[in-house]
Amino acid sequence: MCGIAGLIHRGKSSNVGSELQLMLQALKHRGPDSTGYALYAENDGKNFIMRFKVGENVGEGSTSVNEDASVYDKRKKLVDNMLSELGAKVIKEDQLTPYSFRYEMQFNDDLMEFSKKIESIESVEILSIGKSLELIKDLGDAATVSERYGLGDVKGTHAIGHARMATESGVDIKSAHPFWGYPFSDVSVVHNGQLTNYWNNRRVLENKGMRFMSECDSELIAVYLAEKMRNGATLEEGMKDSLTGLDGVFTYFVATKDSLGMAKDTMAAKPLVLYESDDLVAMGSEEIAIRSILPQEIDTYDPFDGEVKVWQI
Amino acid sequence: MANLKTAEKKTKAQSMGLHTEVLTGKTQQKFFNPDEAENFFYWGAYDVDFNKRTDLDVKDMDCKEANRRIDELMSQGYGTIVIKNPQGKHSLGVGILNKLNLIFEGSLGYFGVGSIDGPMVRVNGRVGWSCAENMMAGKVVIEKNAGSCFGAAIRGGDLICKGSVGARTGIDQKGGTIIVGGDAGAFTGFMMQRGRIVIMGDVGINLGDSMYDGTIYVGGKIGSYGSDAIESPMTKSDIDWLKRKLKVAELGENFDVSKMTKVVAGKKLWNYDALEPTEKKGAI
Repeated sequence: MCGIAGLIHRGKSSNVGSELQLMLQALKHRGPDSTGYALYAENDGKNFIMRFKVGENVGEGSTSVNEDASVYDKRKKLVDNMLSELGAKVIKEDQLTPYSFRYEMQFNDDLMEFSKKIESIESVEILSIGKSLELIKDLGDAATVSERYGLGDVKGTHAIGHARMATESGVDIKSAHPFWGYPFSDVSVVHNGQLTNYWNNRRVLENKGMRFMSECDSELIAVYLAEKMRNGATLEEGMKDSLTGLDGVFTYFVATKDSLGMAKDTMAAKPLVLYESDDLVAMGSEEIAIRSILPQEIDTYDPFDGEVKVWQI
Repeated sequence: MANLKTAEKKTKAQSMGLHTEVLTGKTQQKFFNPDEAENFFYWGAYDVDFNKRTDLDVKDMDCKEANRRIDELMSQGYGTIVIKNPQGKHSLGVGILNKLNLIFEGSLGYFGVGSIDGPMVRVNGRVGWSCAENMMAGKVVIEKNAGSCFGAAIRGGDLICKGSVGARTGIDQKGGTIIVGGDAGAFTGFMMQRGRIVIMGDVGINLGDSMYDGTIYVGGKIGSYGSDAIESPMTKSDIDWLKRKLKVAELGENFDVSKMTKVVAGKKLWNYDALEPTEKKGAI
């Protein structure tokens, strides 16, 4: 069934890493297989942050095939070579697990071509590229993933996250949420629901040059919105269009470097509870997610069917 | 208890192999005989004293622990219980089968006060999905908003939300009354079979979709009607009933109920299954 959570502080930064962890941990019963964070952090905004993986987590109930860890080094070297070939200058690199990396880099060219080249290396997937977006996803619950990647101290303005119960695809990082809105920097999506016209849409979008990394239906939302925005639509226009373009039941969140949005399908079949004040918007699949960061008595509500909302920082 | 016997295939469902047994004699319903009242025992129900009051802070309890504590207090005769810090926890106050004043000082999560038969409940906050599902009797008042499936499959009692509610309010309703002071989402009254729903504000699309029976009153705009839901003229008895009921619900002091829209089942779907596939489209 999956659980999603998101929050946006308007006009200030906060400890979005620890706040989102609490919200997602409260939703663990909705999705124990994997957890993902898209944190919009207080970076200096000069360099791109690229998060990528060179293999899968093969423990913790993973459905991935086991690999010798030596292939990770080999793939990382290929990525490094490709980066210098593409003219990207790596300022800082961190290895967070044997299979995942965070690079701070300078790059001034087309991100779509850049991503295609990097991902042409076997088993390499870019999880995100952005100047404030830090996209982290792995197997395990929210606390496990947060501890593994040191997310507790991350400060920022907004964040979205996902606790996944694997249904239509495997227990692996590539099928975990959030999904990056390739090829747009700083765009991420999380989804709760099922999309029934996934393959029809995927075929159309692939013919237009868009890329899919998994067979998870939720990835379609990120690609769908990215394609709309590539053709000049605003985020809100793309989201409103998705209410008819996507078939199935869904509640999803999308975040950009300065905004956070939600959309709910016309059947209102998937839950969402929303709290909105002048300086904070918090939302989640269940109220307990919001209560985990706002224990005092507050006014919350369920958005109606077919509703789309976008907030700016 | 109905007798189950294996018999020759007779009905359409049986000929499709869905089941082989048939019901004979009386139906499965078991009727209560007042002459045997002294033999009637409602397991899990308690005699409580409304004047005996206590508070219960559930901040550090999970729902099982909280419900067990409520049960213990009722067994000790407490008839008024105030729950502090519910903080959106799921399934609080479920399965209460006796009279009780139950007050929640805060919001509930999913399935709050489900399967109850008799208590008077007030929630000074919001409730999540499926509040009061399967309620048999009693009165539940929500001071703020409610999530989807509000009053799903209730059989009796009064369920009142002073704010707005989500989608599928009164889905599969089999009796009782649901009153909403604000707006309601899509599929309100979906497959309802009996009872009444009163929405003082607007409702979303597919109102009363596939309803078998029952009545829905709407004060505001209707997104669209569902299959077989039709408008019906308001009568004096409708107006009198609405005035009386809204007063009980502490709502609509200056609300003109005569301008509400009354929606009932067109009942064209009743014989739907007997039609040939080519005829079905015409029935709707």
